[in-house]
Amino acid sequence: MVTSDQQKRILLQGNEAVVAGALAAGCRFFAGYPITPASEISELLSVKLPELGGTFIQMEDEIASMGAVIGASLAGTKSMTATSGPGFSLIQENLGYACVTEVPCVIVNVMRGGPSTGLPTSPSQGDVQMARWGTHGDHPIIVLAVSSVSDCFSVTVKAFNLSEKYRVPVIVLSDEVVAHTREAVALPDADQIRVIDRIAPDVPPEWYKPYADNNRGVPDMAAFGDGYRHHVTGLIHDDHGYPTQDGKEVEKFIQRIHRKVSKGFQEIQVIKTHDMEDAEICVIAYGSVARSALRAVRDARNQGVKAGLIQLVTLFPFPRKSVDSYLRQCRVAIVPEMNMGQMSREISRVNQGGCRIVKHNKIDGHLISPEEILKHLITV
Amino acid sequence: MLERAEIIRQEYLRHDKKFPHVWCPGCGNGIVMGALLRAVHSLEIDKDEVVLASGVGCSGRMPTYVDFNTLHTTHGRALTFATGVKLAKPELTVITVMGDGDATAIGGNHFIHAARRNLDLTAIIINNSTYGMTGGQYSPTTPFGSISTTSVYGHVEHAFSIAELAVTAGGSFVARGTVYHASHLEQMIKKAIQKRGFSVVEVISNCHVQHGRRNKLGGAVEMINSYKENAVTVGKAEKMSPEELEGKFTIGVLADVEKPISTQEYQRVIVEARRNAEKIAKEKEKNRVKRYE
Ligand SMILES: Cc1ncc(C[n+]2csc(CCOP(=O)(O)OP(=O)(O)O)c2C)c(N)n1
Ligand code: SF4
Repeated sequence: MVTSDQQKRILLQGNEAVVAGALAAGCRFFAGYPITPASEISELLSVKLPELGGTFIQMEDEIASMGAVIGASLAGTKSMTATSGPGFSLIQENLGYACVTEVPCVIVNVMRGGPSTGLPTSPSQGDVQMARWGTHGDHPIIVLAVSSVSDCFSVTVKAFNLSEKYRVPVIVLSDEVVAHTREAVALPDADQIRVIDRIAPDVPPEWYKPYADNNRGVPDMAAFGDGYRHHVTGLIHDDHGYPTQDGKEVEKFIQRIHRKVSKGFQEIQVIKTHDMEDAEICVIAYGSVARSALRAVRDARNQGVKAGLIQLVTLFPFPRKSVDSYLRQCRVAIVPEMNMGQMSREISRVNQGGCRIVKHNKIDGHLISPEEILKHLITV
Repeated sequence: MLERAEIIRQEYLRHDKKFPHVWCPGCGNGIVMGALLRAVHSLEIDKDEVVLASGVGCSGRMPTYVDFNTLHTTHGRALTFATGVKLAKPELTVITVMGDGDATAIGGNHFIHAARRNLDLTAIIINNSTYGMTGGQYSPTTPFGSISTTSVYGHVEHAFSIAELAVTAGGSFVARGTVYHASHLEQMIKKAIQKRGFSVVEVISNCHVQHGRRNKLGGAVEMINSYKENAVTVGKAEKMSPEELEGKFTIGVLADVEKPISTQEYQRVIVEARRNAEKIAKEKEKNRVKRYE
């Protein structure tokens, strides 16, 4: 018997699943600049978007791509770009603009080895802290990581939903392994997918205050051309959107754009756990490394080690609360990463002391294998 | 005349908001803003349908004061944001206002590509020969030999001619005006907005505070008057010798050409892509039915 689920299974590459997720979430605008290993996202969207009445454009660089993404979102269209390290550096300027003007948008960074032109196109997780802190100033941002093809779909949908709901840019960190791996996945039907849209104002235009606080901390958003003429600026602004240098207004604004995200911690901070109920040793991993880690944990269990996996889907805001309780439970936490320890710093920061944090870093352009993690699990 | 000025003052300026503005008394930016508002008014475009996007600089503050959908972007990037807005809502009239540094230094690449791409956008570039807002450093249009805060011994580089650059890069409509010729400027901006395709209006303007003062060009009045002396219409310039044109610059329409507009071409892409997708879906359906038969 072939189940209907099996019937629906299709072979997809991670990058293709990102596209499917974006379209399912309502993305109708993409601007980008070619870069491996993200280019498939551009190529596929250049075909798919016009079919849905959407728009694809290849800009002159990633700075321009990010500008166009923000412009389209301001005109009311869900928008995204996709890039890799060098392009991710270039988008940072306008990414900060999106944070401060609270323009929903999604940025996919298919990480490759850096710094600079680096290691095209070997996998890496070297852009993790940059995703959080890459643009200048204290800014709110959400960073999610994908570890499988099905994640590429569901996390991209979530990225759009969070971005729309909180009016904050959301970064999806993929890596070369996830992006180019082909897996059989069954994508949910359109009616099974929850799609969230930004909330439009319902007051008459003359009452509209585009940056006024409310109980959600997220102002209603009018699109350009919808009759709510308003001002958008990268300068710190008052409730009307006009530049201000009044200390009180500045403080109120900066506090609000952070508060709106902290209010949503519950739904923003996602982790997945495997075998954590009685775990004494855990592996904390994200991205493609989480796949190796899962295998290592299962192998360790077979050898009688009480191992478990915490897979971080949300990297920032760091899911402190949920990770913290496991850190109290475990004797050791192994943090394998394809960088020099960017998330392990974060984990050490939230660790209250009881748990020993063991880094496992690989920066040679190769994926961390299950065996390498297993070795740690049975020797620590 | 007065009546129209009053209508424009009442209808198009954001009185309740951030006045007084940041511009120095006598700055040419206000004249450009006036010309732009009169142009939009005479074209009877609904304010809800106008997007004014700027970069960063003194010129970049213009959108703050006018009652359109306004967008003060990052330095040099106005055209990239405008591109996104226009593609998402092609029915809007999207205008950008930029400084010379904004448009041709940090935003130079965006500028030439916007011209090449030929989206239906209007770019107004206020060329005051300097970085006004940051204190008068040399810009891509600072004349050779000029004094600026970063060329105190005289500038050693050469200046761009913005309008000519726009023509070469492929602008559909390119014009130059000055803040002396205010009603001519209004006409140029009006034509630029009316033109389907990428249009550029370079406006020669005064920054007497940062540029004029250091180069002994006088105050606002002297500088603005000098544009009257040195501007030559495109038609007249054609009949003048290179010697006669020494120290002069042309005003008027430098280019007005017809070519496919990418905003419209993309609508064709959408129609074709949809048709193609439908065809593929139908074939799939047919094959599926066959398999079950
Ligand atoms: C990325 C970046 N670099 C530098 C600046 C600082 N900056 C602000 S305005 C400006 C120059 C503006 O000159 P111009 O574009 O000629 O406009 P004007 O002020 O003369 O109208 C500069 C360099 C900035 N805001 N952003
Ligand atoms: S500094 Fe120059 S460009 Fe800026 S407002 Fe003053 S006169 Fe105008």
